[in-house]
Amino acid sequence: MSDTPILSIRDVHAKVADEDTEILHGVDLELGKGEIHAIMGPNGSGKSTLAKILAGHPGYEVTAGSITYKGEDILEAEPDERSKAGIFLAFQYPVEIPGVSIANFLRTALQSREEEGGELDLFDFQDELLARMELLGMDASFAERPVNDGFSGGEKKRNEILQMAMLRPELALMDETDSGLDIDALQVVADGVNKLHQENPDMTVLIITHYQRLLNYLKPHFVHVMVKGKLVRSGGPEVAEELEARGYEEFKTVEA
Amino acid sequence: MPQNDTIQDLGLDEYQYHFITEDEPVFRSGRGLNEKVVREISAQKDEPEWMLEFRLKALEIYNAKPMPTWGGDLSNLENVLDEIYFYVRPQEKMERSWDDVPPNIKETFERLGIPEAEQKVLAGVGAQYESEMVYHSLKKEWDEKGVIFDSIEDGLKNHPELFREHFGTVIPSADNKFSAMNSAVWSGGSFVYIPKGVELDTPLQAYFRVNQEQMGQFERTLIIADEGSKAHYIEGCTAPVYSTESFHSGVIEIVVKPGAHFRYTTIQNWSNNMYNLVTQRALVHENATMEWLDGNLGSKLTMKYPSCYLMGEGAHGSILSIAYSGDGQHQDTGGKVIHAAPNTTSQIVSKSISKGTGRSTYRGLCQVHEGAINSKSNVECDALLINDTSRTDTYPYIEIEEKKSNIGHEATVSKVGDEQLFYLMSRGMDEAEAMALIVRGFIEPIAKLLPLEYAVELNRLIELEMEGSVG
Repeated sequence: MSDTPILSIRDVHAKVADEDTEILHGVDLELGKGEIHAIMGPNGSGKSTLAKILAGHPGYEVTAGSITYKGEDILEAEPDERSKAGIFLAFQYPVEIPGVSIANFLRTALQSREEEGGELDLFDFQDELLARMELLGMDASFAERPVNDGFSGGEKKRNEILQMAMLRPELALMDETDSGLDIDALQVVADGVNKLHQENPDMTVLIITHYQRLLNYLKPHFVHVMVKGKLVRSGGPEVAEELEARGYEEFKTVEA
Repeated sequence: MPQNDTIQDLGLDEYQYHFITEDEPVFRSGRGLNEKVVREISAQKDEPEWMLEFRLKALEIYNAKPMPTWGGDLSNLENVLDEIYFYVRPQEKMERSWDDVPPNIKETFERLGIPEAEQKVLAGVGAQYESEMVYHSLKKEWDEKGVIFDSIEDGLKNHPELFREHFGTVIPSADNKFSAMNSAVWSGGSFVYIPKGVELDTPLQAYFRVNQEQMGQFERTLIIADEGSKAHYIEGCTAPVYSTESFHSGVIEIVVKPGAHFRYTTIQNWSNNMYNLVTQRALVHENATMEWLDGNLGSKLTMKYPSCYLMGEGAHGSILSIAYSGDGQHQDTGGKVIHAAPNTTSQIVSKSISKGTGRSTYRGLCQVHEGAINSKSNVECDALLINDTSRTDTYPYIEIEEKKSNIGHEATVSKVGDEQLFYLMSRGMDEAEAMALIVRGFIEPIAKLLPLEYAVELNRLIELEMEGSVG
């Protein structure tokens, strides 16, 4: 869909920072502007590791290869710098921040995006927050609850989508957003992502998932299969259907 | 991180009120503590004979009591005490009007961020400068209601009977070594009386600070909340940084009469060379409520355990505290509740944050006397550790002599986690901002009870402190 890829991953090898065992054994992937990609794979295939290293998780180390975002090498960038540059990671396990309301959390996150010395306009912020919650069909009182503290699985994921709506990323990484959700919650979350993508068709989305069911609601343009730290198959939406029909077993045996 | 190196180069994480205004004290006692000093203080204050005797008796008790060996490290304190001045008086008389307050003192207040415009709003601020009240104006409304909000010296002069009836009854000189010391050399502090049934919406505020190098401050406050009254007293302290060690030992006595409701809020931000050893206690009578809200941010060592003695049936006591210990600091704080009557209730909520080599200790006592049936107490202490070098300890003492009572205790220790930091940073906050947000969330249950301007100041202080925690 676009000439220059927004994200370009070349021969990336990665491991847990204080361990020796390599998890990713040379991953290549290009994401174009506005494209929706899905990486599917069984547990332990390394797909979540890929999401984490893209966001700059300090617990992982890229040992070889390159990652360029909008043409620039981001491997040395801190997580906050990547966020400010437009990368967003929706967490598989969103973290609890007791005593901090979602509104306060988002205000702090948006304030940190202001220029040096710039002040976020609190009235604009409040208007924007209410508008985004309305778009996603959320009750305004949700923003007053402490971040993820005592949330159900569905509420945690909806909170991730609200953050994504407020931060307006150019590249959204959805790390197993569907895990632990029932069908209703799954649909709400998928609807949210669809709305955000319709609103901004330039936003690139990378969905990481174990199951095909999320892809019934969120239609990817491209589907990749990851097995044992490598992408073993890439193609269109039909790859997901193939997987659904035949499972990961076939790919496991195909893998070199 | 280069960004944090820059912050450290600028020294922004250093003590923010590091400035000294020059002023000439009118009178200064000699160094160290002895009978001559005590007599001089009493003579300077033109006190009645009974008070001089009270002071001299307290000095004897002080000399007889050994230095405590529990709590924080007091091994160097004797040397400190030999070097300090026990009494400094900056001005001849009390100031009533803001216009009469000398410019250099005003400047000090301004640099502490008390805008002059706020004076009107905060009418009735009793500001203690060094050992004396220099500025003290009382809101007209309070005068009309018969509320007394005076310096402790004026309380003694103008209300001798009320004063003598209660002074030293909540905390006797012999209670501990430092209450004895304070009783011998006390100077400055507030005298407050809230008449029967009077409710005050605006808090009574005292802002004071220690300014003279090597000067000990021994403020003494006596508060009487008469039957059915309701009021809130706020005390905030801050002090400049000095190279030599400094010392503060206050005594706060509060009598909460039947059906009264009193809240006492303290935010102390002494400089990090200060020994801060304070005794504060309330006698809580029938169906009365006492609330201590205690914030300890500064000092080298603080030992402070606000207490509620629940003397009457149905009395309630509440102690909420926040302690912050940065590098080299030790906050040894907590609270004491004594259930001495039936159907009394209490809660202690303590939150501490330790950063760098900071150490926070929770030390609490919950005592239920025989016959205090149906008493309930709940103690919760939560500690947050910022770095691997930070330390926290918990010493909850529980003594129950009455079987028909219900006592709960909960303690948690948490460390700022890598996943928490990564989560916040992945939303664009840098490490210091992320840390400050986590800490603010941690203390939120207590901070939300503070008046807005104090909550804002507290948040700002935490942000400054967290800037130095990263790198």
